[in-house]
Amino acid sequence: MNRRTVLAMVAGAALLLPGCTGTAGSSKGADAKAPDDPSQVSGNITVLTVRTDLVQDGTMKRYAAEFNKTYPKVKVEFQALTNYEAEIKIRMNTEDYGDVLLIPGVIEKSDYPKFFASLGTEAERSKKYRFTDFTTVDGKVYGQSPNGVMPGFIYNKRVWKEAGISEWPTTPAEFLAGLKAIKARTDAIPYYTNFAAQWPLTSWTFVNGSVHCDPQATTKLATGDPWAEGSDLRVGDTLLYDIVKEGLAEKDPTTSNWEESKPRTAKGEIATQWLGTWAIVQFRDAAKKAGVNPDDIGFMPFPAQVDGKFCSTIGPDYNQAVNIHSQHKEAARAWIDWFTDKSGYDKDNLAISPLKDAPMPDVLKPYEDAGVKLIELDDSAGAEVKLIDNESEVGINKPEYRQDLVDLARGAKKGSLDDFLAGLGKKWTDTQKNVGS
Amino acid sequence: MTDTTEKADFRAVAPALKSAAPRRAPRRARTWRLVTPWLFLLAPLALLITFTYAPIANMVAYSFTDWDGVSPELHYTGAENYEELFTREDLFQVFWVSGYYLAASAVQIVAALYFATVLSFNLRFRNFFKGVLFFPSLVNGVAIGFVFLYFFQDGGTLDTVLGLFGYDTDHAWLGTPFSANTSLAGVSIWRYLGMNFVLFLGAIQSIPGELYEASELDGANRWHQFRYIILPGIKPVLTLTVILSVSGSLSAFEIPYIMTGGATGTETFVIQTVKLAFQFNKTGLASAAAVVLLLIILLVTWVQRRLVPDDRVDLV
Repeated sequence: MNRRTVLAMVAGAALLLPGCTGTAGSSKGADAKAPDDPSQVSGNITVLTVRTDLVQDGTMKRYAAEFNKTYPKVKVEFQALTNYEAEIKIRMNTEDYGDVLLIPGVIEKSDYPKFFASLGTEAERSKKYRFTDFTTVDGKVYGQSPNGVMPGFIYNKRVWKEAGISEWPTTPAEFLAGLKAIKARTDAIPYYTNFAAQWPLTSWTFVNGSVHCDPQATTKLATGDPWAEGSDLRVGDTLLYDIVKEGLAEKDPTTSNWEESKPRTAKGEIATQWLGTWAIVQFRDAAKKAGVNPDDIGFMPFPAQVDGKFCSTIGPDYNQAVNIHSQHKEAARAWIDWFTDKSGYDKDNLAISPLKDAPMPDVLKPYEDAGVKLIELDDSAGAEVKLIDNESEVGINKPEYRQDLVDLARGAKKGSLDDFLAGLGKKWTDTQKNVGS
Repeated sequence: MTDTTEKADFRAVAPALKSAAPRRAPRRARTWRLVTPWLFLLAPLALLITFTYAPIANMVAYSFTDWDGVSPELHYTGAENYEELFTREDLFQVFWVSGYYLAASAVQIVAALYFATVLSFNLRFRNFFKGVLFFPSLVNGVAIGFVFLYFFQDGGTLDTVLGLFGYDTDHAWLGTPFSANTSLAGVSIWRYLGMNFVLFLGAIQSIPGELYEASELDGANRWHQFRYIILPGIKPVLTLTVILSVSGSLSAFEIPYIMTGGATGTETFVIQTVKLAFQFNKTGLASAAAVVLLLIILLVTWVQRRLVPDDRVDLV
C-alpha cells in the first residue's frame, strides 16, 4: 500500500464521517407552565425577535424593564435577527434557538411538539385569546401572537379625495375606476406593486376569506382549486392583473423600492398599496419624518361586499413560543404572558389586540363606522395547505407566482391570465391527489 | 508540489541508507523528515475538510433523502430526487439563461485580453488605468447588486447619462427577459473583467522582454507580437480563464439574485436550487440539483481539456 492509497483512504473516510450526521434524536412533549408566584421565577432568558428597529432604539429594553417590575428575578435579553426565516431555519437544527422565539414558517405544524413547549390546552386558552387554533396540535396550543393583523389597502386619503372618491369602492371594477380617476386627475402613481421587494406581493394571498366573507376559506384551499371561477384568490389575482394591465401601477416594477415607497405614499406620490394593518404605523412614521400629515394615511378593505357589508380577516402575526430545550420554561412563559396581556405592544403598534375582550384600535374606527365584518379564518387545514403549496411549488405565500402574474400583465411574459391561473390550479389539484387525505 | 519534491528526496536518501550504516541518518531524523510536511499541511487540510469536503459529503448524503431542512426526521428515498430532477424539464430550462452569461464571458475575456495587452506596453497613466479596471473586483458583490439596481432604475443613472447624450430611451432595463438578462450579464462583465485582466497582465509580463526586441528586429508589428508571442505565452492562463468563465456562467447567482431575485426570466440554476431548498423546503431535491450542477461543470471542464490540451509552451 503506497502513500497515495493511504492518503486517498484517509480522505475518503473523512468524507464519509459527516454523512451520518443530521438525524439527532427528538424529544417530544413538554409544557411551559405559567408561574404561580411572579416574584419567585428566575433565570436568564433570550428572546428572539424580528423587530431590529425596536431593539436598536431601546424600546425592547423598556418593555423588559417594565416586565422586571412584576418578575424581578428574570433577566431578559433580546436577539434581533435581520433575516429571520433564513437564520432561524439553520438554528432550529440545534437546541440553541433562544428561550422565546417566533414560530418560523418553515416548521411543519405537526412538528410543533418537537420544537416548542405547550402553553396549555386550546379549550382553556381560546376563552381569552384570539388565534389559538393557528398553533394548536392535538388540542394543545404552542404559540401566541402578541398582536393581530388584518390585510387591506394602505392609501393616501388626500389623493383619493382629490380624484373625487370619498367612499370605499365596493367592487373590483369600482376600485379600478377609482385608480383610473387618480391617474387622470392627480400626479400620483395609482397603485404601487413593490415588485422588487417581493414579499409585499405575497400579501395578495390574504385576500383569501375577505371576498366571500368565509371563515372556512383555508379549508377550501386544501380541498378545491384555489383559482376556480369566482374563488377568492382568483378575484384578487384578477384585480392585481387588471391594475397592472391598465397601466395603473408604477412604470417599472422591477426597480421599485420598498423603503422609498413609504414616504412617497405619505407625500401622495403613490396613492395605494395592498399591505396590512401592521404597515399603518410605519407609514405614519414615514409621514412624520417627511413632514406631512400622518392622518392622510388611510386603510381600506378589499373591494367586495357580501350582503352590503365589507368583510375583513384577522390573523396572527408571528406567534411567540417557548423553546422545548429551554432551561427556564417558567420564565419564558412569564414573558410571553406578560408581553401578550400587559406590555401594550399591540397599542404601541396600532395593532389589533390578541385578547378577545379588548376593543379595536383607533385607526380602525372607520371600519367600525362602515360596519366592516371582521372574521377569523379557521386554520385547522393550514398545515395541509402549506404542504400542498410546497409540494406543488406553486408558492401562494411566496413572491414568485405574483411576480409572474405582474410580468404577464405588463407583457414581459407571454400568455393569458386564464391559462396562467388554470396552470396553477392544475399543479395545485394534481398535488392534492398525491398528498392524499 | 510538496509531494514530488519529497519523493525526490526520499529516492536520493534511500540508496545511501542501504549501503551505509544507519547511524548516519538516525531514525528520529527520518521520521521528522516524513512528518514535517504533514504538520505544515495539518491546518489547511483541517480547514479544507471541515469547510469544503464535509459539507459536500453532507450535501451528497441529503440528496438521497426527503429532508425538509429543519425536521428532526429524514427518510432515505434512494435516487428519487435524481429521477425527479431528470424527468422535469422545467428544472433544466433555466440553463438557457446561462447562455447570456456565457456570451458575456466571451466579451469579457476578449476585452480583458485587449486591455491587458495594451497596458502591458509602455503607455501614459498605465498604472492608473490598471487601477480603474481592477477596482470593481474589490467591491463586495452584494453592494454591486444594489448599486446597479439604482443604476437601472427608471430615471436612474443610466437614463440620466444617456439623457446627457440626447438619448431619451425611457426603457425599463430590467423589464423584459431579454433586456433584464442582458443588463445583468453586463453587470457581471463589469464585475469580473478586472480579475481576468489581472491574470492576463501577470501572464503577459512574465514573457521575457527580449522576445519583443528580437521580433521587432525581424519586422513584426504589434499584431504579430500579440499573435505569435503573447497568445501562445499565456495559453495556460487563457484556458484556465475559459474554464472558470464557463463554470461561472453555469452557476451565476449573486448578481441576479440580489437585483431581480430571479424574476422576469432571470432565474439561473443556482437561484432555482436556492428557491427549492429555502422556499419550498425541498432540501433533498435541492441537494440533488447541486450535485448535478457539480457533475455538469466537471463534465464541461473535462470535455474542454480534451478539446484544448494543456501543452507546455516553449517560447524560446
